[in-house]
Amino acid sequence: MSIFIDENSKIIVQGITGSEGTKHATKMLKAGTNIVGGVNARKAGQTITIEGKDLTVFGTVEEAMKETGADVSVIFVPPKFAKDAVIEAIDAEIPLAVVITEGIPVHDSAYFWAHAGAKGTVSPGTPRTPRTRIIGPNCPGIISPGKSNAGIIPADISRAGKIGLVSKSGTLTYQMMYELREIGFSTAIGIGGDPVIGTTHIDALAAFEADPDTEVIVMIGEIGGDAEERAADYIKANVTKPVVGYVAGFTAPEGKTMGHAGAIVSGSSGTAAAKQEALEAAGVKVGKTPSATAQLARDALAHL
Amino acid sequence: MDLYEYQARDLFAAHGVPVLPGSVANNPEEAKAAAEAIGNQVVVKAQVKVGGRGKAGGVKLAKTPDEAKEKAEAIIGLDIKGHIVHRVLVAEASDIAEEYYFSFLLDRSNRTFLAMASAEGGVEIEVLAVERPEALAKVAIDPITGVDKALAVDILTQGKFPAEVIDEAADVVVKLWETFVAEDATLVEVNPLVRDPQDKIIALDGKVTLDENASFRQPGHAALVDKDAEDPLEAKAKAKDLNYVKLDGQVGIIGNGAGLVMSTLDVVAYAGEKHGGVKPANFLDIGGGASAEVMAAGLDVILGDKDVKSVFVNVFGGITACDAVATGIVEALKILGDEATKPLVVRLDGNNVVEGRAILAEANHPLVTVVDTMDNAADKAAELAAAGA
Repeated sequence: MSIFIDENSKIIVQGITGSEGTKHATKMLKAGTNIVGGVNARKAGQTITIEGKDLTVFGTVEEAMKETGADVSVIFVPPKFAKDAVIEAIDAEIPLAVVITEGIPVHDSAYFWAHAGAKGTVSPGTPRTPRTRIIGPNCPGIISPGKSNAGIIPADISRAGKIGLVSKSGTLTYQMMYELREIGFSTAIGIGGDPVIGTTHIDALAAFEADPDTEVIVMIGEIGGDAEERAADYIKANVTKPVVGYVAGFTAPEGKTMGHAGAIVSGSSGTAAAKQEALEAAGVKVGKTPSATAQLARDALAHL
Repeated sequence: MDLYEYQARDLFAAHGVPVLPGSVANNPEEAKAAAEAIGNQVVVKAQVKVGGRGKAGGVKLAKTPDEAKEKAEAIIGLDIKGHIVHRVLVAEASDIAEEYYFSFLLDRSNRTFLAMASAEGGVEIEVLAVERPEALAKVAIDPITGVDKALAVDILTQGKFPAEVIDEAADVVVKLWETFVAEDATLVEVNPLVRDPQDKIIALDGKVTLDENASFRQPGHAALVDKDAEDPLEAKAKAKDLNYVKLDGQVGIIGNGAGLVMSTLDVVAYAGEKHGGVKPANFLDIGGGASAEVMAAGLDVILGDKDVKSVFVNVFGGITACDAVATGIVEALKILGDEATKPLVVRLDGNNVVEGRAILAEANHPLVTVVDTMDNAADKAAELAAAGA
């Protein structure tokens, strides 16, 4: 099995006619992903041929879902139009929206996250559960090797296997997948480096814990916010599978944004040291470097 | 981007938040002129992006314009916690009856916005939050519905504001929310928000942080960047659209992807412990597509840093394959020619790594050393930096 996407996922690409959209739709198709169409209101009705496959460009997500049965949308729309694109996906009640776009204003992300919640299902005493799972923004997407690839993670650097990977960073996702390519991954998910994101470390940890094909979980964090600390609390209380961790940004100075909009140490909060400490206190072995972390994952698998 | 107090004050004024008359002065003469224009007692306030300036002698009362000039002379040039004062805000001195606290901010953990209000302002809010959390109201704000007057009244009531000021303060809160949204801010903080003896509510000191991702729809924000305070290398990198942060070490770093570059800094710092304590000199993320032009621009910025003794190029070929990256490095060195003077340690991994390494081997550039793993490459770069220091 895998989490959030599998061989049955039917994927549409919002922004398929843009250069990034076309480029990555090509790579996704090459990786065996079942792309069933695209969305661009201004080019509705056109057909675009990618990798020998004719794909209809629909005017709306709703229409694309109705015509194709799509259940995943990958969004490559530029920052200026991203908020409306995500809201459109939410309103169409697509089960999964993967927002690749980098540089979305945080007011827009907070707005569409609130919109997803407002459209969600209600159960008494808990926050609303969105009908649409959002991954990202500012993320590389999600891959279940050999089954489906929704986003920009290179499909050929690893293979299917027993490790579940969740990471804030795209290139550290690739690095870790490559280091552990001999073992392989059930699913690898890049949740993004923005201050407001949809799917969190905790969501991915919960899904990996429930996934019978995931035996070891690798969790990659970085400076900024308290997602890793919260994930540590969650692991302590809920996760029985071995988790190994890595945190980037020990040398980052206070008050400087390190590439990702959310990667910033503010005063004494959001430091890598605090995150490592929290994870270790929850029984997570934390590697000093990516390769040391990969070794910890191999060891954890060997001791099962 | 964090703003100076005077910039926050200007934004507040533009959105109808009541502030005191005042203007920014770059030198003592301007401070005198500003005080003359106000025609009343003034407060001369150091403009630095750090707290605790009052205790450091950065805030002074002046009864006359000449006194304002004297105080400005004393304050400009002060070093407040490593921040040199380049300008002062000259604002009318106010009589204060009471001091309150109010802010809107991004609440990352809950993925929403938060209002914080307290009738006990004028103190450090972090201290208040720890020592008397019951005195600080925290109210989640729905980004869709925002803040209207009724909600503003509710927040201030929870913050235990005196009943007689709530109506007027609520109007100010609604305007602060308008500022927060219209300016794409992630923080709008007023501390203190004061009540004067005539029961007027005034934003006496403000802190604003703006979201740089919103610059495409905030054309006015570019003018708020303090170019004088920018590191010259950071300014140069920004002009070339590079994601660069200057640090104080000796090993220049180029990598692709924010996470991998942060990780590279850490790995170099560990390696440096064995090589005379050398450290990373910068953060530089050249992004997914490592073209020759971007690589050349990045190397140019890094080699402009006189502290750099070696450069570590750490690229994982994911979207961009390693052969393209290797070609980028070779071409970049051609573009730079004699200006490339420091040893380069290159680690390539991922797609087409064999082809990439072959391209570098064939070019056989005297400055380039190719190392197989990130850990070993970091060690080599640290060793070369230590030898060159």
